[in-house]
Amino acid sequence: MIELKNINKYYSTGNHELHVLKDVNLQIGAGELVSIMGSSGSGKSTLLNILGILDAYDSGEYILDNTLIKNLSEQKAAKYRNEFIGFIFQSFHLLSYKNAMENVALPLYYRGVGRKERNKIALEYLEKVGLLDWAEHMPNQLSGGQQQRVSIARALISKPKLILADEPTGALDSETSGNVMELFREVNKLGITVIIVTHEQDIAAMTDRKITLRDGQIVESLVDV
Amino acid sequence: MFDLDRWQEIYHVLSKNVLRTLLTAFGVFWGMFMLVILMGSGNGLRTGVMGSFGNFATNSFFMWGQSTSIPYKGFQKGQQVVFTNDDTEVLKRQLTSAEVIAPKLQLGGYRSTNYVTRGKYSGSTFSVSGDVPEIMQISAKKIVLGRWINQSDLNEKRKVAVIGSRVRDVLFETDEDPIGEYINIQGIYFMVIGVHDLEFTSGHNESELESIITPLTTFQSAFNLQDRVGWYSIMAKSNTTAGAVEAEAREILTKRHNISPDDVRAIGGWNADNEFQKISGLFSAINILVWIVGIGTLLAGVIGVSNIMLIVVKERTKEIGIRKAIGATPYLIVSQIILEAIILTGIAGYLGMSAGVALLDVVNSAMGQSAGMFKNPSIDLTSALTFLSIIVFSGGLAGIIPATKAASVNPIIALRSE
Repeated sequence: MIELKNINKYYSTGNHELHVLKDVNLQIGAGELVSIMGSSGSGKSTLLNILGILDAYDSGEYILDNTLIKNLSEQKAAKYRNEFIGFIFQSFHLLSYKNAMENVALPLYYRGVGRKERNKIALEYLEKVGLLDWAEHMPNQLSGGQQQRVSIARALISKPKLILADEPTGALDSETSGNVMELFREVNKLGITVIIVTHEQDIAAMTDRKITLRDGQIVESLVDV
Repeated sequence: MFDLDRWQEIYHVLSKNVLRTLLTAFGVFWGMFMLVILMGSGNGLRTGVMGSFGNFATNSFFMWGQSTSIPYKGFQKGQQVVFTNDDTEVLKRQLTSAEVIAPKLQLGGYRSTNYVTRGKYSGSTFSVSGDVPEIMQISAKKIVLGRWINQSDLNEKRKVAVIGSRVRDVLFETDEDPIGEYINIQGIYFMVIGVHDLEFTSGHNESELESIITPLTTFQSAFNLQDRVGWYSIMAKSNTTAGAVEAEAREILTKRHNISPDDVRAIGGWNADNEFQKISGLFSAINILVWIVGIGTLLAGVIGVSNIMLIVVKERTKEIGIRKAIGATPYLIVSQIILEAIILTGIAGYLGMSAGVALLDVVNSAMGQSAGMFKNPSIDLTSALTFLSIIVFSGGLAGIIPATKAASVNPIIALRSE
């Protein structure tokens, strides 16, 4: 599903270069539930951005679902992001002037699905995350946990092969966190690969595989049995 | 392009900060308003001033005899130059570049008035002239009653007259038919054969309404002026200029009247073409100024829009980042911002233009027909369409920089949790 071969990434700050990812090799199979751990500065966000086709890498190869992701045009990157990947963010990133249903439907808008059709599909996904009754609510009328569930529905609606979650529980209390993680497990059971970036041990413990990054290198890749 | 989400987004962005949107829009509104007002006023001034040429062909000139200022061929200076029918004959033969040569003679000279009576009615402000029919081509008149003088009138020296509408008003009752009646000009009776009015109304030509026109030949013999000609009105052919024809005519007459070739004061002249060119030049300059000022003001408004859009993009960095992350293409984002700029400038500009046109209309109807030098301030459809395309174009221009900025938003930085 995901194959990273000798990925290197540099950031230049001023006149010296920062070697953020050092020869990262990683394979994640279809349907895995994986957490990426690491302290800040370990390169985990950079890795997530590369996996999410939000950032380019300097050398190596990234193969996503048998497609080489390298030197893509903005246009093509946008297309792959829309088709392959569902994003979930720590601060939810819902559009404030669209209601829950419209927010969920947005990826389908970029895919050119008609308004009626995509809103209908959006309602189905809201139902899946248990928020059908909140479809007409604006984001500021929803709790943090509800907002995160809306954003999960938004990530799912484009039927992605991969869900990338950046600290999805970082802004939630532990009970809500548990619920959200439960939702991730259900999503995962549908056969979708889920990668969660976190720095919380107990969150990582709820995944099947823990990948730990330190100083731009993978130091641990434990599989829970 | 025209789906609900785009309009929802535009509405959201513009209504989020109403005061800011209104102030920005006002910049464009005012620019467009000024452009329309300036241009309309310029046109009004032009129509007014050019109107004074209205009845007179602009490719023509007048020429009259004065007195010599340089001794020549044994003649003292101060010789009076008097044109005669012989000059007319020579001009008609030699001056081939002229379309019309119209000799004219006026009782008492240019701009003098005469006492004219008819029974108990009389008027003293009328000008009486002897003319040829062709003068009509240079100084257009409208015959509202009867007929114009013709060649037979000249050949047979008929004592007939075409009177101006003001002359009729003074010498005749309103319900009286002047045709066939006689008027007394310095003891000589002329039969009225027609009434003329102005072709175009203009304050400057109203004295023409008080003119009485008789055949030149009749005039010459009736008032004992023999073969004298007061002045010539000459119209150039369309393939040459009045200036060139005037130079040629001067040369011919200078030779005939023993005038020194260097003596420019012996023959007087007024060339409509020269005057017309001067005024045209002036208005071209005014027009250029209007465009510079108007476009400058509009540009200031557009820059305002561009600035605000930049701020809007900055505020929406996060949102643009989200959209990019879930699959918005750069084209969608760029076109959205440009569309917003076009909508804002388009609406504001259109309102500005409408307000300008409305004001011109009000001024126009308030002035009526009274004004002389300022008339019909307005802009034509072409200018209006030009303005509209300028608005749309400048709107797009205003959007380019913010849109580029939006397209370059890096989702990673935009979405980094704070």
